[in-house]
Parts: sequence; structure tokens; C-alpha cells
Amino acid sequence: MTKRLFVRGNEAICLGALEAGCRHYFGYPITPQNDIPEFMSREIPKLNGEFIQAESEVAAINMVLGAAATGVRAMTSSSSPGISLKMESVSYMAAMEVPCLIVNISRSGPGLGGIDASQGDYFQAVKGGGHGGYHIIVLAPASIQEMYDLTMLAFDLAEKYRSPAMILGDAVVGQMKEPLAPRPKPDTELIEKNWALRGTGEGEQRVIKSLYLGDGELEAHNWKLHAKYSLMKEKECRWEESHTDDAKILVTAFGSAARIAKTAVAMARDEGMKVGFLRPITLFPFPEKAFRDATLRCKKVLDIELNTGQMVEDVRLSVARDADVFFYGRPSGTGSLPTPEELFAQIKKYY
Amino acid sequence: MSTIEIDELRCKGCGLCTITCPKGLIELSDKINNLGYTPAKFDASKGKCTGCALCAEICPDVAIKVFNE
Amino acid sequence: MQQVFTRPASLKDVQTHFCPGCHHGTVHRLTAEALDEFDLRKKTIGVASIGCSVFLYSYFNIDVVESPHGRAPAVATGVKRARPDSFVFTYQGDGDLAAIGTAEIIHAANRGEDITVIFVNNTTYGMTGGQMAPTTLVGQKTSTSPYGRNLEKEGAPVRVTELLSNLDGVAFAARVAVNNPRNLMDAKRQIKKAFRYQVEKKGFSFVEVLAACPTNWGMSPIEANERVGGEMCDYFKLGVYKNTENL
Repeated sequence: MTKRLFVRGNEAICLGALEAGCRHYFGYPITPQNDIPEFMSREIPKLNGEFIQAESEVAAINMVLGAAATGVRAMTSSSSPGISLKMESVSYMAAMEVPCLIVNISRSGPGLGGIDASQGDYFQAVKGGGHGGYHIIVLAPASIQEMYDLTMLAFDLAEKYRSPAMILGDAVVGQMKEPLAPRPKPDTELIEKNWALRGTGEGEQRVIKSLYLGDGELEAHNWKLHAKYSLMKEKECRWEESHTDDAKILVTAFGSAARIAKTAVAMARDEGMKVGFLRPITLFPFPEKAFRDATLRCKKVLDIELNTGQMVEDVRLSVARDADVFFYGRPSGTGSLPTPEELFAQIKKYY
Repeated sequence: MSTIEIDELRCKGCGLCTITCPKGLIELSDKINNLGYTPAKFDASKGKCTGCALCAEICPDVAIKVFNE
Repeated sequence: MQQVFTRPASLKDVQTHFCPGCHHGTVHRLTAEALDEFDLRKKTIGVASIGCSVFLYSYFNIDVVESPHGRAPAVATGVKRARPDSFVFTYQGDGDLAAIGTAEIIHAANRGEDITVIFVNNTTYGMTGGQMAPTTLVGQKTSTSPYGRNLEKEGAPVRVTELLSNLDGVAFAARVAVNNPRNLMDAKRQIKKAFRYQVEKKGFSFVEVLAACPTNWGMSPIEANERVGGEMCDYFKLGVYKNTENL
């Protein structure tokens, strides 16, 4: 039996990354994710890896770009304002098809905002937070075990699709402690990185770039990226679902909001209410089909978020056309985290 | 006996070689090449090329080859 | 007949996009010669920056990664840390390195990253059409300093080599020019020396090359070449500023 640990979400991410073979971490301090660089600065040198506390978030993500361009598993972590700074290079890496992991232990905003949990970065994460029109893989853990498991999955998916991948957490899942079973890395197929820079050796020159000026070149490149996003939507959607068969109303939420929503759903079931639960785990690709299938039967959806309505737009685009989508959320800020009772009242309101 | 060979198709006619040749053996042509520039040309009748290769060194377009006997 | 001057193997046999009299072509060749000299081509990863310098991969027969504007030293840091046995250099202009990328160059230098930076200073943003750069000389007219750079409002041109030489992490720093045979031969020596620092794992090496941008200066190639040797060399003094190992 695997030994169980009692760790913070931020530490679970580090453990997952190290188990996944990541030995290159580049970051910059910002609350509430500082456990990650602190853990990595302690553990990576023991594994002969490279840890750099960079001069800025911008420099950190570009160090990731450089390391990842040689084919190693590299990562950075930050929180909302720092993620905004990194977005320039996330756009570059999406264009250059450089796989890497970016962890956003998001905090409340906009601006400097505060350090409490928030889901205000959903749009930035899933709609391509930088310029030019692109997507990256976005995974939303709702438990400490998932912080660990999804970090390993993020590296695998990033390499499979040659794309940056993001873990979108927040102060709740980042800083709370739960038991963790540190499972060994899944036995995924190793993909040959015939694009990685290594010096030409006896082979052909390899170039990793995003500038395409020739007639038709950039359009072709963008169609290629688009095809990749379509393939992700087809193959990689992940979600958790329960009680959807008999549900009169379906409650949906992601990440830490889903933990509170799940408790509210259990309270409703205890009272005999037919309430279903659907939690997207991949925010990009968004599990559109899961919503469509569930709303072929259940015609009411209540979406709950720690913001004033972001994922709800994707829910509305995904449900069957005769389903009603309701929303409950509160913008981030100290004291704005809803209670299960508060959400249960919302379920009753729309039931 | 030394000589140089100027690649007329690569030459952009900047003229840096013309001011660098210690013997003044290079000048810009009055013909226009396919890039629209007037390329440099070597005139052996003006003097003796020593093969010093300074013209080739100064050329930003690596358009000059130098040969020594 | 024996050919005494040939194109270096690390430089592709292609036409460049550079304007007539632009010194980028010359700096490319000297860099390629230094790669050849130490037989580095096959183990080199070049880091391209933004500006006229971005097409590094079109002209060098080496692996290249592009970097966002100013970030080349951070990208090169990541490359070198992941592949310490690769030879890693950045090739950056003055807008890229001395304005938007100031933080990245200072800190890569201060960490003493085992990389080489070739810094081409032509006192302007060339690719975007000749705007004022941090290195634009006082009084110099550009498309965004139409009345000439104003010392009171825009400050003095940044002397990057002097600035970096003050950092303990910098092992080698020199400023050179390629406007005449004497300067060019010295530039060749200093670039090779900078590469030798990395080959011998002796730390961060930096070469600033003063270069002409005839098009954006509104000068003929020969006039622009003269300006390099004149007012540019007057303000940006040539020389070896740091040579910690006396290589």
C-alpha cells in the first residue's frame, strides 16, 4: 500500500512534478503559491536539477521556454498578477509548440486585489490569456490528490500535444492540507521529441520560432494549431459526474468552488431532492459533450463560481438548446467564499 | 599573383570594399544587378592585388572571394 | 590559385535581408567564424531576439530558439541550465537588450550564466523603422526624436558594456566596432575570446559591437560607416573592459 502523506496542495504539486520527472523549476515569489518555489529550492538541488528564483515572472517563464525547448520537463508557478506577466511568453510557447507546465494558484483581483481564493482567472486561462488567438491545456484540481495527479497528467498532455499546460488552482486548494497517496507516475508512452534543440550534431538544423512572414505560412500554422485544439476537445475532456441520471437540476462548478457545491448537493440529496453534480476537470478542452448529454435529460443547470460568471458562458454554449442555465457566484475578496448552506439555498431556489 | 572574385548577385553596392582596398582596385559598377544595386567590380588594370583580403573582411554580405598564387 | 578567404561553415550560403552597408552581416560572419574556430557548430544553440536580429536561424546553420523581445538572456539561461554542455549564445540589438530587456541582461550577467551575448549597438530600432533607442546619441534625430535626443528629457545614452562590467558575474566584456580593418580584426579577436570563455566554462562573456544602420540614419553606407568611427566611438569607447582570466 502506498504510504499516505498529509500535505498542502502546493506541496502536492511539487511532489507530482518531481515524480513526473520535472527537474527544472523557474519562479518568482508571490502569495499564495510561495510553498512551491520554497519546496523546489530545497528538493531540486538534491536531484541534480535546476532551480532559479528569477528576477521577475517574465524572466522565469522565459527560462522555462529555454529549458523546455531542449526537451526537458520544465515548470513555473505563480499567482494571478504574476500569471498576467507571464502571458507574453505563454502566447509564444503556444505558437512555438513548446510543452511546459504553468501553475496558477490564483488569488483575488483585478489588479493587486487580495490573496484569497478566486476563480477570476478562468477567462484568462481558457480563452488564451495572451495575444494572437490560442489555447493551452487547463486542468482544475479540486483536491490535494488531484493537485498531485493532475500535475503529472499536465506534463504528459503537454508533451503529447506540444502545448503549454496549466494547473488552475487557488488559495484554497493550494494552501489547505489533505491526505495524499503519492502514486507512481502513470506508465505513459514516451514520445520522441524530434523537435527538441540539442545542437545539430550530424543532423539537420532545428528551429523553434513563432515568426512566419511568408505568404500563407502563418495561416497554415494557425490551422495546424486549431486542428490540435479540436483533437484535444475530442480526446482529452475529463470531468467528474454524479447523480446525473435522475437529476431535476444539475449543479456545476470547478476547483475549490466544486468542493463547496458538492457539499450543498449532498445536503439536497439528504433531503430527497434529485440534484446532479458535474465538475469539469479539464477547463480547456471544456467537456462540452458531458454537458450536452446530461442536459438531454436534465433541463436545469446551476453554475456556481467564485466570480461573477465566467465558466457559465462555456456551460451555456455546451448544454442542450432547451436547457436553462442559472448562475450563482460572488466576486472574490476576503469573506466572499460561499458556505454550503448558502449554495443549498440557491439549489432550492431553482429546483 | 593574387586576385578577387566579387559575387555580383550578392553584392548590395554598399561600397565599403571600395574605401578599404589599399590599392584602390575596386569601384562600383554603373550596371545594376538583379537586386537593383550597382555592384562592386574589381579592376586589375589599376594595380597589383596583394591578396590582403581586407575587401572580403569588410564586406557585410560575404560576397568576395580572395585567391593567392 | 589558393582561396585565402572563404565563408565560414556555420554561415549558410544565402542572401541576407540586411540593407546595404548594414553591419549585421559582418557581425554574423565574425560570430560564425568564432563558432568554426572552436568547432562549435554542431553543439550550439543560438537564441534569437526581436529586431533585425531575429532571422538568426535563416543565416546560421545551427539550432535556434526565438525569444520574446528582450528576453533572450532568460531563454539562454533556461537552455544552458538544461544542456550545460551545449554552446549557447544570444544575439541581440540595442532596443532589445538595453531597453525592454534590461532586467534580463543584468540578472543573467549577475548570475554569471555560462553564456555569451553578442550585442549589436546601432543607436536605433532598425526593424521598426528607426525609432529612438536607449543608445541613441544626444542630439541624434530619429523617427521618435525628430528634434534630436534631448538630454534633459530622455537622459544620456546607456553604456551597456561599462554597466555590466561592474557586475561580479561578468567574466569578459568588450566593446568593438567593424567599421575599418583594424577595428574589425580586433572585433574578431574579442568575439573569439568571448567564446573561449564559455568553451572553458569561465563564465558570462559579453561583446558589444558598434554597428551602422545606414537606412535609418538616413546616410549612405560609407557615411554611416564613418559615423561609427566618429561620434559613436567618441561616446562608446572601444576596448576590453573586463577580462578576468586574462585569456
